[in-house]
Amino acid sequence: MQVRTLFFAAYRDAVGTTALQVDLPEGATVGDLVSGLRARGAPFDRLPELPAVAVNRTLVRGDAALSNGDEIAFLPPVAGG
Amino acid sequence: MSTPAGSGSVPAARARRPGAPAPAAAVQREPIDPAQVLSRVGAPSDGAVLLFLGTVRDHADGRPVGGMRYETYEAMAAEVLDEIVREAAERLGTPRVAVVHRVGELGIGDVSVAIAVSSPHRESAYAASRHVIEEIKSRLPVWKHEHFVGGGARWVEGRPLDPRSGSEAESAPGGAGGR
Repeated sequence: MQVRTLFFAAYRDAVGTTALQVDLPEGATVGDLVSGLRARGAPFDRLPELPAVAVNRTLVRGDAALSNGDEIAFLPPVAGG
Repeated sequence: MSTPAGSGSVPAARARRPGAPAPAAAVQREPIDPAQVLSRVGAPSDGAVLLFLGTVRDHADGRPVGGMRYETYEAMAAEVLDEIVREAAERLGTPRVAVVHRVGELGIGDVSVAIAVSSPHRESAYAASRHVIEEIKSRLPVWKHEHFVGGGARWVEGRPLDPRSGSEAESAPGGAGGR
């Protein structure tokens, strides 16, 4: 399956891109995606091991299963207001 | 990618029917008109009307700040802001809550967020206004890039998002509920 990842603010600066298509095996979880990206090495190893992640605009935990076409956003600590 | 994901201006409730009232929550790039936000609240039964404005400060940690760039994950921010307003209305005794958050390049003194609330009595108005700004600070996917006078810039230290907070927590273990 293929998912679309988005990087915001400090995470975008760290990895140098706003969006990336990623191929994953069926049944992969958010945690699998994060560890897979980090295993690519620089610059993706600059992402934290446990970043906040939203799947299709809803915050999820690392054990959340992913589906083909999901939009996965990596969200640094927020500072609105 | 020429445009950052989630840029542009989208009202918080895009699914609203034509002719329905203007959304009570919005994230926008245009300057905020506090009077317009205020005009969305108020009723003959209300004895308290409250307007909160968040503005860009000219200093941080003793250093002079020249301006601030606000970024957002627009599609998610619109949904979260809508949810915050609905929660405030349900829990705090007044349905009349309106909030607008601005993103983009802001200068010193510019309004970054406006929250208008009205209710029969002041206690519920203050409580709802306070609830909305605190929830914005802990849940809204917005980030601030602070530019210092004389050079240098940094991301303002934020609060980590937690999937267990917010109204999604009970209904969406593992995140399946939001699809």
